[in-house]
Amino acid sequence: MTAARVRFRGVAVWVLALWSVLPLVPLVIWSIAHGWRFPDILPAKTTLAAWSFALSDASGVLVSLGVTAGIAATTTLVSLVIALPAARVLGMHDFRAKSLVQTLILTPVLVPGIAVALGLHGIFLSLGLTNRLIGVVLVHLVPALPYMILILTAVFAAYDRAFEDQARSLGASPLQTLWYVTLPAILPGVLVASLFTFLISWSQFLLTLMIGGGRVVTMPLLLFGFATSGRNDLTGAIALIYILPGIAILIVTSRYLSGRPAAIVALGRA
Amino acid sequence: MRCSPDLQTLAWELVRKVSNRKIMLMLSPALIVLGGLCLGGLAVALFRSLGVQILTGTGKPSLDAYQAVLRQPEFLQSLGFSLYIALMATFMSTVIAIWAAILLRQQFAGRGVLAFLFQLTLTLPHLIGAIGILYLLSQSGLIARLAYGIGVIDQPSAFPALVYDRFGIGIIVQYIWKEVPFITLILLAQMQTLGEDYESVARSLGASRWQSIRHVLFPMILPGVLAASVLVFAFTFGAYEVPLILGPNAPATLPVLAYRKFTDVDLAARPQAMALAVIISVISAVLVALYVWTVRRQDRWA
Repeated sequence: MTAARVRFRGVAVWVLALWSVLPLVPLVIWSIAHGWRFPDILPAKTTLAAWSFALSDASGVLVSLGVTAGIAATTTLVSLVIALPAARVLGMHDFRAKSLVQTLILTPVLVPGIAVALGLHGIFLSLGLTNRLIGVVLVHLVPALPYMILILTAVFAAYDRAFEDQARSLGASPLQTLWYVTLPAILPGVLVASLFTFLISWSQFLLTLMIGGGRVVTMPLLLFGFATSGRNDLTGAIALIYILPGIAILIVTSRYLSGRPAAIVALGRA
Repeated sequence: MRCSPDLQTLAWELVRKVSNRKIMLMLSPALIVLGGLCLGGLAVALFRSLGVQILTGTGKPSLDAYQAVLRQPEFLQSLGFSLYIALMATFMSTVIAIWAAILLRQQFAGRGVLAFLFQLTLTLPHLIGAIGILYLLSQSGLIARLAYGIGVIDQPSAFPALVYDRFGIGIIVQYIWKEVPFITLILLAQMQTLGEDYESVARSLGASRWQSIRHVLFPMILPGVLAASVLVFAFTFGAYEVPLILGPNAPATLPVLAYRKFTDVDLAARPQAMALAVIISVISAVLVALYVWTVRRQDRWA
């Protein structure tokens, strides 16, 4: 490789790396700025006032964190229970209507969420599911479940059934086989799928807004409220709090990602 | 003991019948929930756009809402704006991502850091990117301050309008920021499974670096490029919060327009919101199908 090309590559890497974190820079600066007027490139004075307000009861951040996490955890658990049997079938068996089933499962990925939400709103309203946590969890299943199934299908496709057969032939009961053979083998994949599904629910905005009717205030809705009220300092602090779970999840799952397109797709749709 | 071929086939048939029933049973919760929520939601939107209340069965089907939507000049502007944004964002993200993936496939110092930063971008919600880009590109944003600092502009209004602008620059920039890492990492995963043997053979047979990329690597990663860019197109065409934060008041993108109709104080606008929802879904479905078809055709000629 020529020296010029190596130098070009070095510049390109720096540009891409800076560009990846660039939108976070003004959020960080605003969160500690004590007045940051044009044309100051950096604020003259810094303060932690925005942070202490964001973490106080008055901001509603702590309650909202609980609501958002509760919805995301419930959505993940329900998705997991529904997705496990489906993914096992899709990953390990061939059957006649398989491509039709796969298409149906991927439909929510390609259909604009607003179209689904506008239709569901009327039904949820008459069933008394709007403005409530349970309605929000139900509607979060639409974007979450396909990705849970997608990742778990890849997990089961890489899973060797022969281990189960061996356990059974050595006298293990079906339940013992499930507990001692199947579960340990798929556990890493299940964990990653669950964390990513959590993140998909964690980042939903429009579906929560429409079905929650402004009563179920998850973090993105709270953040949007501060962003449109012009409090850039509070918006910065709350935005950084909001992204922490995603970063934590990435640190745990980063190694799992390489070479696994299904997991990347799911994470990227968060 | 060996069964006769007929008996063996019969036994297999029986096993398959039983397991087919089991397969349906294991799939049914997922199909019922997704079918009910997703297709159900779309069906209700369709009925209500035609003026029929699906739960009570009242109302006579009519195309009034569609006629009302199509008659407004803002509809065509919104349609054009949405298509332009989705196509620009998808095209530019895809081109940059292919280049970035080829770059990241090589071994060099800092490769791991860049790959991690790309993964980090995946975890950040679009809402965060949109607010970040707003604080970055607005006329009193960080870039404008830097431009003032080096003397390019003398006041905020001299900085070009990159957000709330009618070219949707802020929206497109936000999508590129979020989707380049997405496509890049999918392509990297795909290249990893392909290995570099095919290109090495091409190079040893005298192909240039560019030729081995163009004629050997590219056809092999095309399915991944196609899958990733279709996902990006479908998302950017139907997204709501990014154009809400970074887009101009007019033209609004179709999803923003649909939501405005839905929350209009005039309840007569509700069927129009439903009509817009149906139109968005149909256009999205047709374009995704067309896109897949075109790229497959290209693939055949390549």
